[in-house]
Amino acid sequence: MRKLFKNGHIIDPASSTDRVCDIVIEDGKVAEIGENLSGDEVIDCSGYVIAPGLVDMHVHMREPGQENKETIATAAQAALAGGVTTILGMPNTVPAADNASVVTFILSQGAKTPVNVLTTGAATKSNAGKEMAEIGLMFEAGITAVSDDAFPVQNSDLMRRVMEYTKMFDLPILLHCEDKDLTMGTVMNEGAVSTHLGLAASPKAAEEIAVRRNIALCELTGCRTHIQHVSCAGSVEAVRLAKSKGIPVTAETCPQYFSLTEKELETYNPAAKVNPPLRTDEDVEAVKAGLKDGTLDVIATDHAPHAAEDKDVEIMYAAFGMTGLETSLALSITSLVKTGFMTLPELIALMTAAPAKVLGIDKGTLAPGADGDMVVFDPDEEWTVDVTKFRSKGKNTVLDGRKLTGKVKMTVVGGDVYKF
Amino acid sequence: MRFTKKDILGLEYLTPEEITLIIETARTQKDLLSRPIKKVPILRGKSVCTLFYENSTRTRTSFELAAKMLSADTSSVSVSGSSINKGESFKDTLLTLESMGIDLFIIRHEASGSSHYASQIVKSHVVNAGDGLHAHPTQGLLDMLTIYENKGKFEGLNVCVVGDISHSRVARSNVWGLAKMGAHVRVCGPSTLIPPDFDKLPCEVYTDLDKALEGADAVNVLRIQKERMDRGFFPTIGEYVKLYGITSERLKGCKDDVIVLHPGPINRGVEIDADVAYNHSVILDQVTNGVAVRMAILYLLLGGGNAEII
Repeated sequence: MRKLFKNGHIIDPASSTDRVCDIVIEDGKVAEIGENLSGDEVIDCSGYVIAPGLVDMHVHMREPGQENKETIATAAQAALAGGVTTILGMPNTVPAADNASVVTFILSQGAKTPVNVLTTGAATKSNAGKEMAEIGLMFEAGITAVSDDAFPVQNSDLMRRVMEYTKMFDLPILLHCEDKDLTMGTVMNEGAVSTHLGLAASPKAAEEIAVRRNIALCELTGCRTHIQHVSCAGSVEAVRLAKSKGIPVTAETCPQYFSLTEKELETYNPAAKVNPPLRTDEDVEAVKAGLKDGTLDVIATDHAPHAAEDKDVEIMYAAFGMTGLETSLALSITSLVKTGFMTLPELIALMTAAPAKVLGIDKGTLAPGADGDMVVFDPDEEWTVDVTKFRSKGKNTVLDGRKLTGKVKMTVVGGDVYKF
Repeated sequence: MRFTKKDILGLEYLTPEEITLIIETARTQKDLLSRPIKKVPILRGKSVCTLFYENSTRTRTSFELAAKMLSADTSSVSVSGSSINKGESFKDTLLTLESMGIDLFIIRHEASGSSHYASQIVKSHVVNAGDGLHAHPTQGLLDMLTIYENKGKFEGLNVCVVGDISHSRVARSNVWGLAKMGAHVRVCGPSTLIPPDFDKLPCEVYTDLDKALEGADAVNVLRIQKERMDRGFFPTIGEYVKLYGITSERLKGCKDDVIVLHPGPINRGVEIDADVAYNHSVILDQVTNGVAVRMAILYLLLGGGNAEII
């Protein structure tokens, strides 16, 4: 059956498409793009943008082990609502995704959902940072990447071995950059705001040191190294310098790091407690500049859902993290496109083709023959975030009640249409 | 003027007029402490709860005496004696106690921001009795009352706060309160014990004690905790005493009528030598003024907000 999406503004940076026309999905694949196409089922997309389904390479699905926070099924529903058709799970599940059986479980749970669920494998056993995990067996089980997210490997010698080993499978390694000695017990970014609030805080150097170390190890090992959730100016600079030297490093940031600052914590709001922490205006500008000039390749969410009891406590004891899947497109449009900082095609590339390229997966484009994964959205519609309407179990975001621009109307995965 | 704030969370959130009102009320109420019958019935029927997640002798006793002298009923809940140890959340504890009819909570908690959090949970009044490193507003106010009694003003005074600024809610509350009333506040300590950007608060930052003390009208000496040394903030107690210990000799650079304050408990011979502590300080006046300031706050929050009677 030919599904005809009519009169949408098709933006597919990977194939340099940026025009109003029709697109046909047949047997789950993009069949044709052009004017006046015909189809068995016609879906009018007038006034809407049609883009490749978003690829979010940084998602905490919490299953197995923390199903009170999120399940793979609810994460998938949240993804659909946010126009995200491919999600990559992080390995800090309970038990850790550090072996083939947990990886197989995650992928089989993912296969029951309407979106493409991929997973990383942990760099070290139990995410403990002591011994290398069975990366080869996890590769055979189908991991897309290796990661130390949430539990950054502190031992540089072990990190070196993990990267050398990972390179053998041509997998990317996604690294959470944090010097734990400098961040122990801290809640937020160090500076005037933390000094006033009396909250234990970590300096940006904690991130920058780890970014620079990992870049050095990338240069040493040649492993495809991807720096996760870049939050500060110094990290952007370090990645820029590395790229200028031809080191095979890529990097991501998240909407919160180019949209929000540490000022969110002035009321001790636990929802604003994330890791790395929200930084300053200057860092927000540096992160935006990094996205604009290609230093930062990808926008991912670091979607980190938590149960109310994990967050509705004194900020010192609150869990780190903020949800992102249902707000990432709108928050990015609001912060980057509506302000005139970048064009919509530039933004879409950062959320589709770019992460697909980093991961080496066939996603993120609407070229004929590609998977029929699309997001259909109104780039100008304003809406107010209401966490009670989230599909995600995690209601933890500072965006509740805020107005954003850009509303997802339909998400299409393999030709199946979900309307919102 | 009426006092309209629901809570006392920190001095940075009060106006100079509100601070003046509290201090004036405390000066009037202090008289009660020297009467033979130390009790007036103005808060009769009001229920006050001290909810303490950290140990404290003087602050808790001071609040309880203040409440009792005003005839409020007091109850006290502490970590060792309640369901908190059984894992009940702070939120649930607050809601439970509020449901028993508590009109005002006095809260001490190791987590900065906990009084803010509590004030969003309960409709009852919240008085911050120390939240983490953030604020200790009644300590700030009793320090201010003590300075005012000795100097008759705040405007233009040089007040020097010496010691572990990083881990001190007292330092922060002194800075906010005194600066709002027109005093010049200097903080001084080893650079490892001064948080980044502290000079963005309304104060000047020094690491050289003699420079910091020059021309000071009042010196507030903070307690230095041995565990800071163990975590590498400074090398030895001996070095700290040499560089930052307050002695009569070092006070010579201050104004002749300088007063020395200390929030207590003191480490004699460490941050302050015994001669200064016993012969040249106003430490016991501070303790007395603590009761007066707390009476004033309880009265202004629970008694209708007028400063007139008593």
